[in-house]
Parts: sequence; structure tokens; C-alpha cells
Amino acid sequence: MADKRYTRRQFIRNLSLAAAAGVSLPLFSSCTKEEKEDFLQKHFKEMTTEEKKNVIAKLEARYLQKYGKKFQISTQEAVSGTLWGYGLDLSRCIGCRRCVYACAKENNNSRRHPQLHWIRVLRLKKGSLIDLENSEHYYNPPVVPEKEYLYLPVQCQQCENPACIKVCPVHATWKEPDGLVVVDYNWCIGCRYCIAACPYKGRVFNWADPTLSPDEVNTSVHYLGNRPRMKSSVEKCTYCVQRVRTGRYPACVEACPTGTRKFGNLLDPNSEIRYIIERKRVFRLKEDLNTEPKFYYFFEA
Amino acid sequence: MDSCRDVLKETWHFYRKTLSLVFSGGKAYYLWCIFLLCIMITGFLFYLKQHDVGLIGTNMTDQVSWGLYIANFTYLVGMAAAAVLLVIPAYIYQFKPIKEIVVLGELFAASSIVMAILFVMVDLGRLDRVWHMIPFIGSMNFPQSLLAWDVLVLNGYLFLNVLIPVYLLVTFYYRKTPNWKFILPFILLSIPTAVGIHTVTAFLYNGLAARPFWNASILAPRFLASALCSGPAIMIIIFQVIRKVSVIEIEDKALFKIAELIAYAMFLNLFLLAAEFFKEYYSNTVHIAPFKYLFEGLHGHTQLVPWIWTALTMNVTAFILFLIPSTRKRLSTLNLGCVFIIIGVWIEKGPGFVIPGFVPDPLGEIYVYMPNLLELMVSFGIWATGLLIFTLFMKVALPIEAGVFSHTEYQKETAPPPRH
Repeated sequence: MADKRYTRRQFIRNLSLAAAAGVSLPLFSSCTKEEKEDFLQKHFKEMTTEEKKNVIAKLEARYLQKYGKKFQISTQEAVSGTLWGYGLDLSRCIGCRRCVYACAKENNNSRRHPQLHWIRVLRLKKGSLIDLENSEHYYNPPVVPEKEYLYLPVQCQQCENPACIKVCPVHATWKEPDGLVVVDYNWCIGCRYCIAACPYKGRVFNWADPTLSPDEVNTSVHYLGNRPRMKSSVEKCTYCVQRVRTGRYPACVEACPTGTRKFGNLLDPNSEIRYIIERKRVFRLKEDLNTEPKFYYFFEA
Repeated sequence: MDSCRDVLKETWHFYRKTLSLVFSGGKAYYLWCIFLLCIMITGFLFYLKQHDVGLIGTNMTDQVSWGLYIANFTYLVGMAAAAVLLVIPAYIYQFKPIKEIVVLGELFAASSIVMAILFVMVDLGRLDRVWHMIPFIGSMNFPQSLLAWDVLVLNGYLFLNVLIPVYLLVTFYYRKTPNWKFILPFILLSIPTAVGIHTVTAFLYNGLAARPFWNASILAPRFLASALCSGPAIMIIIFQVIRKVSVIEIEDKALFKIAELIAYAMFLNLFLLAAEFFKEYYSNTVHIAPFKYLFEGLHGHTQLVPWIWTALTMNVTAFILFLIPSTRKRLSTLNLGCVFIIIGVWIEKGPGFVIPGFVPDPLGEIYVYMPNLLELMVSFGIWATGLLIFTLFMKVALPIEAGVFSHTEYQKETAPPPRH
């Protein structure tokens, strides 16, 4: 009887061991060391300096292999005493979309299938600014500007009170001390709740592996900004975090041929953006939603 | 030592008997299970393709970023919540005919929750990072994100709806009376949790100021009302199947009572819809756009219009059928009403609720979304999974309920004694 019990117990134990091994072994053995590391990678804000260094080294090696180029991946933190604000002069915008393409180029966006843009220029019939339902997103005339239309560029408004951050179930997106809303692309689970929550369509999703050929890449990147992304992660405009923290203008500001786009530090009383807020009649999109955007539209004439 | 051995022996007996129960059945049972397995495998193969290429394999885009998966999720949460409609009269008011079938209703709720969770899983872009959401291990954004709330309440509800029926079934297996002091608190807790899962799911949409179609306080009550229609409707059908294929007796009286409750719930559902209709059309602000897209078409885009009017027609017809006692108490019209409600509420609460939230999008763009083959097949796969789980639950639960499958010491008796 005792023998019989022993075998039965052994049988049950072996059976459950076999089941557990059967499930987990193929999973583990099919993973490379790198895949395991990726899988267990921590949230960016919880990494130690040492861990950050390792992750950056790993990424640089991977990018070198993929694009054949040496990347400079920055993790530079916010410069103290800065809060970035944007100004956009609607009377100057001619709807040429140079900003749109300069942005995609600077930020290593997926080029086709899907083509991801962080700036969207809406064409509106003169007479209304609010009637977005009658806006045209895919206008394609031979020449811009067109007489009867005006153009409204929209991108992430870097809200002080962002709806996207509130809804993220895993803290994968947050507001930096300089007011920039960023994403840890390695922490995002791809649920797209933030896309549903954003009133400005400020976020896009990598529906497929991003398409970016080696001759198109920008190798000067920030970990929380324009480093090449991966499949099924959400991404967005960061006012070019990689540029503005080193004292440069965002790519869209530089690309604009008409001086429509202004940029500066809201905490600096002598900045261009403060000058605009004080002297022009500025407004923000959908102010009724209380998102407090740091993106000011105004009219020169 | 002896008692330990007995427990082991009994567990082994239960395990073996359950396996043999699950693997033995008539031709119809085998055909049904193989049919479901085939759909599951097909769905899984399509999912592998989606996993490989990314969500670009679906018809979702940055404009309509949730589609058929989340629509099914929303509907199934309602289905699961509806088990409460059976729990209340059964345990609180001791309504005998329903009391006998409530365990089956709870197992149905558990199956629905499994399906709902699977629909969220296939919608997630990065399944490998799902552990980021686990409290303490990952970094769950609780209490800010409603999605975090949803994960907690859905798993809690799943736990309750497995614990309660399993406990009751095990006591029946031992032919003992349940220890009500132990299980009743869980049963009572399951009632607010059922309301909770649906309220939280409604709030998940409700809290988005960017989406005027969802940003209406009437959402949670409407969700509850429609859930209390569709869940019980499918139960009425399932109970008729159960009494046909097993020795369990389910009285017509119980079915008619459930239908009566559905009629009240449907009245509330239609009333709340009417209230929304009035507000949108009388005030006629720009926020009416998604409403118009759904009910009459917007700028020539009328894809959803035939669907929603079919749904409304079905719901109203079912309401009338269930309101009139003579049609409610005839099985043919009762079943017709149930089918109408299951389909009607699915359209209204699923695609008819999720898609217009995204059309037009916050910058006024209209993107016409219709699910593609991959989304359909993955969805069918998940439905088949849920049905198979429910079938296997029933395969074990029904013999226990009927007193045919019980503890070893009762096995020698030839005829099963009456239950309780």
C-alpha cells in the first residue's frame, strides 16, 4: 500500500513538473540573452545610472548593426529653469508642410506603411477656426497658399494637464520637468488608450515595424525622443527633446520658410514666446477641455 | 496520515473522473468540441500572423485606434456582469427555480470574463510587456488610469465567479449542505462587483473629454441596462440547451421570470437612449457629429446606419415580445426575442458604441473602419474558446448538480438520491 501511494504521489509530481517544464522550456530556450534582457528591462525612470549606460550601449550596438551607423544616444535631463512653450502665427502659415517632413526626418519616423507624422496641417475654409469637421487633412493643390483657405498646423500641445498621461495604465508616458511629454518606448504596452484620450491627435502608433532605411536615419538621438522606435509602441512630438535641451530650435521651427513657428522658454521673461504671449492675442486649441496646452496660436495680421 | 491519504486519493479520483467525463460524450458532444477547436486553431493562426506583422494586419488606424476587439470586450463585460441578475433573486429572495441554475449562470460569467480578457490581450500591441501592468512587479498606474481599475475588477470578478460555483459544486460533490456563513459574503460581494466591472468599463470611455460621444454621464447606467438585457437573454437559450442534453430540470417558470426581468431592463435601456437622443438633437451642438455618423450618416458616410437601425428594430421588437405575457410565455417567441436581444445589444454596445467614438476623430477626420478578415477570425477564435470553456465547465458541473457525479463513498449506490 505504501509503495502504491509513493508511486501515485510521484506520478502526480512528475506530471506537474513535466507540464511546467513543457510550457516554460521552449519559451526560455527560444530566447537569446538579449531578448531576455529586453523582456526584463526596467522602466526608464527606475533605472540606475549604471543600468542606463548598459541599455544605451546595447541600443547603440543594435543600431550600428541595423543601420550601419554610429548613433549618439543622449539621456540628457531637463535643464533647470526651463519650461518649453511654442507659438504659431496663423497669419503666416502657407500650408507647405515643410515642417511635417522636416519633423519626420529629424525624428526617425516610419516612412511608409505606415507613414507616421507628428505634425498634421489642417486646411480650413476662411470664416471658421473651430469647425474641424469640415477641415481637409489631405489637401494637395499644385500651389500653396490657396486664396480661400487658411492652414492650421497641429501637433502635440505638451499640455500641462495631459489627458494621455492620466490614462496610461503603466506610467509609460510622463511629463518631464521642462514640460515635455515623453514616452518610454520600451515600457509602452501598446494599448492605445492615450490615443483615445488625446484631444489633439498628438500621438501615433507603430502599427508595423517602422520602415527607416539607413540613408534616412538621424544618428543624433535622445532616448526619450527620436531614437528609432519598434513595432507596437506609441510615439509623439517632444518639441525635439534632443535639440531643445542642447540649446537648439525644434526641427519644425528651423524648417519653416515663413517664420510661422516660434519657440522659447516660458520661464524666461525675455524669451520670444513670452514676448508673443504678452503682446499678441494668443489662444490655445480646445481650451474648454482644461488641458492647459503650452502651444499658443496667434495672428500677426 | 490516513486523512492525508484519503484526500489525495479523493483528489486523484476527482481528477480521473473529471478527465473521463470531459473525454466521454455522445457524437454531438464530440462534434461540437471539435468544431470549436477548429475555429480556435484558425483564430490562433490568424493571431500569429497579427503578432508577426503587428496590428497593421487589422483595419485599425491612428484615426480609429480601437475596433472589433474592444467592441467585443465591451459587450462581454456586460454579459459577465449580467450574472448578477440571476444571483440577486436566487440568493437574496430565495426564488427557488432560479436558485438551482445560478451556479451555471456564474460559470457563464466566468467564461465571459475569460473571453473579455482575451479580447484585450489580442488588442495589446506588446503582449510581452503585459507584466508592466501587474501591481508591485510592474508599475500599474492605479488609481489614475481606469484601465488599471478594469484589470483589478475584472480579475476580482473572475475570481469570485470561479470560487463560488466551484465551492458549491464541491459541496454538492460531497453531498453536503454548503456552509453559508463562508460563501454568502462572497456571493453578496459578487453583486456590487458585477455592477463595478461594468461601471468601471463605462468610465474607461466616459472619462475621455476628447471623445464627446463617450463623454456623457448616461454611459454607465446605459451600459448596465443593456447588459441586463443581453446576458440573461443568452442564459435563457443556454438553459434550454442544458435541460435538453442533461438530466437537470429547469422549469419554464424560471425562464419566463428571467424574460420578465429583461423586459424591465430593456425599457430602461430604450428610455436612456431616448434621453440621449433628445439631448443631442435638441441642443444640436458640434458634438452631435458621431451621433449623426451612427444614426443617419455624416458627410455621405453611412456605413453604420443600417447596423444601428437593425439593432434598434430588434431591441424594440424583443421588448414588445417580452412585455406581453402571452408571447413571453411561449417558447418560440421567447427564443426569437432572445436572439434579437443578443444580436441587437451586440451591435449597439459593441461596434455601434466603440466606432462612433472615433468618428469623426478629434481633428474632424472621418476614417471609415470595417473589421477585416483577420480581426473577424481572431474574434471568432476567442468566442469559440469561451464557448469551449463553458462547455467543459458544464460537462463537469451538470453531473454534479444532477447528483450523478459524486464522492467515492456514494458511487456504489445505484440511484442518485435527491439533492441537498
